[in-house]
Amino acid sequence: MDIHKDHRDGVAVIGCDGRLNMVSAPSLRAALKSTIAEGGTRVVIDLADTSFIDSSGLGALVGGLKDARQAGGDLRIAGPSQQVLTVLQLTNLNRVLRPYATVKEATDGWSHA
Amino acid sequence: MTRLLLTRIMVVLTLTFGTVYVGWRWLFSVNWHNWWIAVPLVLAETYALIDAYLFGLTVWRLRLRGEPDPAPAGATVDVLITTYNEPVEMVMATARAAQKISHPHQTWVLDDGARPEMQRAAEVAGVGYITRSDDWIDRPRHAKAGNLNNALFVTEGEFLLILDADQVPDPQILDRTLGYFDDPKVALVQTPQWFSNVTDCDPLGSQAPLFYGPIQQGKDGWNAAFFCGSNAVIRREALMQLGIVGYVKEVETGVRQAMRAAQRILRRTARTAGRYGAPTVRAVESVSAALNVAHKRLSDGDDLSSLTWDFHRAVDVASRSVVQEDLAAIEADLKALTDLPVEMDGELGGVIVDEVALDELSRREFSPLGALESVKALVGAVDVDRGHEAQPLLPLATISVTEDMATCMRLHAAGWSSVYHHETLARGLAPEDLGTMLTQRLRWAQGTIQVMVRENPLVQRGLSLGQRLMYFATMWSYLSGFAAVVFMLAPVLYLVAGVLPVQAFGMEFLQRFLPYIIANQLLFAVVGYGVKTWRGQQYSFALFPVWIRACWTATANVLWGRPLGFAVTPKTRQGGDSFPWRLVLPQLIATVVLVVACVIGVVRLWTGSASSIVGTGVNVAWVAYDLLVMSVIFKAALYRPAPSSPATSSS
Repeated sequence: MDIHKDHRDGVAVIGCDGRLNMVSAPSLRAALKSTIAEGGTRVVIDLADTSFIDSSGLGALVGGLKDARQAGGDLRIAGPSQQVLTVLQLTNLNRVLRPYATVKEATDGWSHA
Repeated sequence: MTRLLLTRIMVVLTLTFGTVYVGWRWLFSVNWHNWWIAVPLVLAETYALIDAYLFGLTVWRLRLRGEPDPAPAGATVDVLITTYNEPVEMVMATARAAQKISHPHQTWVLDDGARPEMQRAAEVAGVGYITRSDDWIDRPRHAKAGNLNNALFVTEGEFLLILDADQVPDPQILDRTLGYFDDPKVALVQTPQWFSNVTDCDPLGSQAPLFYGPIQQGKDGWNAAFFCGSNAVIRREALMQLGIVGYVKEVETGVRQAMRAAQRILRRTARTAGRYGAPTVRAVESVSAALNVAHKRLSDGDDLSSLTWDFHRAVDVASRSVVQEDLAAIEADLKALTDLPVEMDGELGGVIVDEVALDELSRREFSPLGALESVKALVGAVDVDRGHEAQPLLPLATISVTEDMATCMRLHAAGWSSVYHHETLARGLAPEDLGTMLTQRLRWAQGTIQVMVRENPLVQRGLSLGQRLMYFATMWSYLSGFAAVVFMLAPVLYLVAGVLPVQAFGMEFLQRFLPYIIANQLLFAVVGYGVKTWRGQQYSFALFPVWIRACWTATANVLWGRPLGFAVTPKTRQGGDSFPWRLVLPQLIATVVLVVACVIGVVRLWTGSASSIVGTGVNVAWVAYDLLVMSVIFKAALYRPAPSSPATSSS
């Protein structure tokens, strides 16, 4: 999996390309931790190119949400594929991590607030 | 039974004289000084003697079956016509004749080419039409064997009449053959292949009267009558049994191999697992433990289905424990979130990770263990579904391009009987040009050698000694190409350079050799009384380049996986009208060399550089015989069928 970071208008956008699974989840966790520690507390995870997610991947997302909230920020997810949506719905996590269609939609809410 | 008695007398004489001659050759007459040609020659002669022994054994038990019993009234039959690229009209001629078979049956066209025009023609005529199912996409197709295997699972008759696209059946074909199946052990009834588009002189040697006659009758005497791919009726139950036995064997080997590979992969994965954190390490450890248990049970002889099932359950449990840990962590995170004095997007109370979610996330498609690609692949391999094949059951053997012989041998090994019914009940179309004929012979030879290398009949459990030798005899005969080269080289060396492979070509030699060769020819005359066996004898020698190529390519294919360069035999004429130089080049070179050698030999005798008149005489006669035998290939190359032959205008 390839993880890449990008800063747009005070928002950190983290892209995860490939499979977000037991093997790759630790790197996403690490990337999230360092981003939040550096003060980027508004984070969007771009899942547009994430082909697969398992429970470990979910764990990384929720862990990131917790860290961001505790640091006074927020974490949103954008552009999930059908498989990712299925897993989110299966666990009801879509109620907590509302999937936004695009990164722009996800950040729009913050700028209006 | 005077003919059988006479045959046996000639067998005894031939083998006695032959053994005396070859024994004398080994013990007293090998010219060791010229060992490099003397030893190949005596080996070639030994090869020929063994061939004579196998032939003698075959015809010793010649079995003439007489009138068949009437067909059982209720027997259900599917008539399967296999086609790949033959002209639609040719296939339909066969299909329409098949519809007229008097015993109740269902006719099917098995179109491996999936041609729309073939389907339309079949529908118009009201015969069934079958093509490969989607399961075959991207999986090995196994040529004709695959085509038949595919059809076996969409038809349901108790018996199957198998016909090549060009083999037009007689309406009586089932009435004359089904009666044999009253014997519950009979799995197969083979009838002759006879070709209607062949002239009396048969320059391409298409008719095989020696094979579809004394040889099959002899094999029948040993309960080893061969299945020849067409014009045969097979008991479905026997084929299915083969499919099941083969499946079990294959699965067991497959599971064994998968487990060995899995242990290697897991050892390697375990070394790098630490990089991905504790859950990964634990997952690899659990799968390793499950694999060890499964492996031990396999060694203890436990049944495959329960041990693979339990292995998969253990993997699921490992997967579940990873999911459980992940979900517990998520719940802890969520709880921490609710404790935060900040506004929330949704109702966190609704996030209850229940059993259903846990199960779903542990299933193979979502499982975290899938992250270890190698582990995922090996878990799939340790299973009993034979996923790399289109069908788990492959009743017709797929180990050879001549599926018929391989299948038949397995039927015999499983204890079934076969019958050779000597009555022409279908008329086919033989190749009409040399190129097509050579392709066909090459394919038969390659297929036979493949079976010999993959499943050597001499060591197959379940076959009687006689059956083993009957299969071996056919395979042995395809090795004749090497002997033929030696039989040409030896006289050339003598005539050109005076190289003596034997101590002397004098009376000592002649008085042992002549009785053998005369008895051998008389044996052929008695066995083949009333049919033409000379063409067959000629071709078994003249096609030496084909036999050598077949031995080489088939062995390379089996041992090193090289492609055979295999082509379906075209049923229509190929090529133009020019003389096919390229096809007969080896024979042409051999002919020139033999003729030149004769001239040189005579000149040497004339000028006194050679001294033995008997020696030169024997060798010139020997060369003359080689030339006479080989001449058939040139006759074949020059042969042009009459323009209105049935192959182009079959009705």
